[in-house]
Amino acid sequence: MYDFINGNEYAPAPESTAIVNIKKKYGLYIGGKWVDAQGKKTFETINPANQQVLSKVADASKADVDAAVKAARKAFEGEWSSISGAERGKYLYRIARILQERSREFAVLESMDGGKPIRESRDIDIPLVAAHFFYYAGWADKLDFAFPGAGIGGQKVKPVGVVGQVIPWNFPLMMAAWKIAPALASGNTVVLKPAETTSLTALLLAEVIEEAGVPAGVVNIVTGAGDTGKFVVGHPDVNKVAFTGSTCVGKHILKSVAGTDKSYTLELGGKAAHIIMDDAAIDQAVEGIVNGIFFNQGHVCCAGSRLLVQEGVADKVVKKLQKRMETLIVGNPLDKNTDIGAINSKEQLAKIKSLVKTATKEGATVWQPGTSVPRKGNFYPPTLILDCAQSHTVVQEEIFGPVLTIQTFRTVNEAVEKANNTQYGLSGGVWSDKGAKVFKLTDNVKAGIMWANTYNAFDPASPFGGFKESGIGREGGLHGLYPYVKFNA
Amino acid sequence: MAYPNLKDIAPIDEVGVKERAARYQKRSLKGETKLSALKLAVTMLDITTLEGKDSPGKVKQMCRKAMCPITSDPSIGPAAAVCVYPSLVKVAKTAVGDSGVQVASVATAFPSGQSRMRERLTEIKYAVAEGADEIDMVISRGKFLTGNYRGIYDEVAKCKEACGDAHLKVIIETGELETLDNIRIASELSMAAGADFIKTSTGKISPASTLPFTLVMLQSILDYYERTGIMVGMKPAGGIADAKLALQYLVMVKEMLGKKWLTNKWFRFGASSLTNDLLMQLEKQRTGLYQGGDYFSKD
Repeated sequence: MYDFINGNEYAPAPESTAIVNIKKKYGLYIGGKWVDAQGKKTFETINPANQQVLSKVADASKADVDAAVKAARKAFEGEWSSISGAERGKYLYRIARILQERSREFAVLESMDGGKPIRESRDIDIPLVAAHFFYYAGWADKLDFAFPGAGIGGQKVKPVGVVGQVIPWNFPLMMAAWKIAPALASGNTVVLKPAETTSLTALLLAEVIEEAGVPAGVVNIVTGAGDTGKFVVGHPDVNKVAFTGSTCVGKHILKSVAGTDKSYTLELGGKAAHIIMDDAAIDQAVEGIVNGIFFNQGHVCCAGSRLLVQEGVADKVVKKLQKRMETLIVGNPLDKNTDIGAINSKEQLAKIKSLVKTATKEGATVWQPGTSVPRKGNFYPPTLILDCAQSHTVVQEEIFGPVLTIQTFRTVNEAVEKANNTQYGLSGGVWSDKGAKVFKLTDNVKAGIMWANTYNAFDPASPFGGFKESGIGREGGLHGLYPYVKFNA
Repeated sequence: MAYPNLKDIAPIDEVGVKERAARYQKRSLKGETKLSALKLAVTMLDITTLEGKDSPGKVKQMCRKAMCPITSDPSIGPAAAVCVYPSLVKVAKTAVGDSGVQVASVATAFPSGQSRMRERLTEIKYAVAEGADEIDMVISRGKFLTGNYRGIYDEVAKCKEACGDAHLKVIIETGELETLDNIRIASELSMAAGADFIKTSTGKISPASTLPFTLVMLQSILDYYERTGIMVGMKPAGGIADAKLALQYLVMVKEMLGKKWLTNKWFRFGASSLTNDLLMQLEKQRTGLYQGGDYFSKD
């Protein structure tokens, strides 16, 4: 059955789960202590690959969020603001190192709770998480040099205070790192709410933070669903709100902070154009397309979900892409050979299915490879939607799944026009062998991040964020420090 | 056979190729999959000796190894071929007899190719007359690097003709061509001129075979097959010393070209030390224990 020559599949190669020790029940991490939610409410967190319940997690109420913000305020005004930047940096370095030491444990847990393939959690997510803490650890004692002119006239770089952070389920631990690392480096304290379906790695991170000896109350983790997030964002004693998630929720948050003195950064949805010119390195572009849309089951805000191909090479690209997709392995996220893991939740799976159905109804052609897809659990095959026009719903709406729409264009200007014809502006990609063409495209596509001859490449030193309805503010790099500081005497 | 339209060849992005090649290294072969892949790899070996000190005795012993890689398990092997210099072809041919093991000979002023075409062709004819089933030729890298692509095409076509019924493997010497774009062009020229196999290296130049080089050549083979319906074989040679890496090559062949190429008719490893590492891994799979190097014959 698993004969190498004739078998269609490789023998299972699952990563062992023995390294993780999932508790029966998790509390909230408030003021350096693990506490139950007031009223003892909990909710279950499941493994989306097999629907098994992994653990019970505390459901934080308004009173719990109040307690967390209070603890964060106390820590901000107490020990945390009196220590030097170098000391803060030491804590961050310590967190980064512990994360590296326990990287396998984090990778396995991330794949169990969220459904992403172990190849990605092990090789991409967790290394980037550690890299993010290392990067911002370096800034902690150099803030006075980070902002030119900030020191003039007695001004000083100061933290904003207590930060309320709400993160999504697609990169649970990475988003926690993107939020916590710059906040702590610049001297703030944090109340973080992970997504309801993926709380476990954030809670394990709380253990690491504890192990690193970070003073009580500097980082508080409150778990729960949308309401808990609302309490965090809406809390009057929160000085800054940082949110990553859907554009719809982002709009509500923006309304809720209007008229307050809270500062905010929002990193929202996207519908990125991935542009293939006829002079591109076609075979590598095909790999870039696969990376762009099927990475993390397409649960990526910057996913290259709209493929724009120059007409002359369109047939060639589609044919090669289809051939490549036939070799993608969909299945158990913990198997080392899995390319595409489980869709994060039943709700998301239903949304993907319904949008693909809409495409058929509107006259586009849906293509899927003959790849086998497990029947149990939340799985969806990699999908192409051919014969698309700009007016198709699937071209306009963010699907957040392994679904790629394909359109053609004739000239560079037409590619730019199509790429920009969206309410989003987070990211985009360009493939061409000619430098001038690359720059013409990257300069004119209105997106916060543009990749040339690669896709979904991340580095903590590079700022990330969008234009238009894709968000406000930047995370990562020096830019990622701005939202967490203020300048005053 | 027609001179290829080189303008139709897409450029190659080296970073992308390296990333793709690395992805193939992430596949994890276990249990039955691993065992069958290891056995397959043994049957794909071109067990090679290409040294000045090669002698009839050495070649005869090596032929015995190719025919029967491990005495304890006759289901393993035989290897695909033995590869020797022209002067030892007759010895090898006699030694392998009718075992099914092919005799391959390098020719055409191997390894540099720096001689007159007449002498290079004569060498092929000599090797074939001595009994060679397969000829491993080298292209003139000097000619290629000065942009004389037509010259390369002509030279391969002439060698093919000189081979008669013998199979022609064309060594493009990746390490001297340096860029992936060059490797792609040399592959296209060789296939269009009638190569039965394209081969990475002589083994005398470093780097020899690497996964990225081989990936580009496999991609050329695939595109050529889809254009013409003609299958061409692939032989990475040099630098593949351990079983793990050999299996990564096989994963790449399987996932790029499909099952059709997974036989020694279409894929070979040019190697010498790889043989015993494959056998060692097979013994490990069979017995659960690693054996010391002395338990494996060094022929």
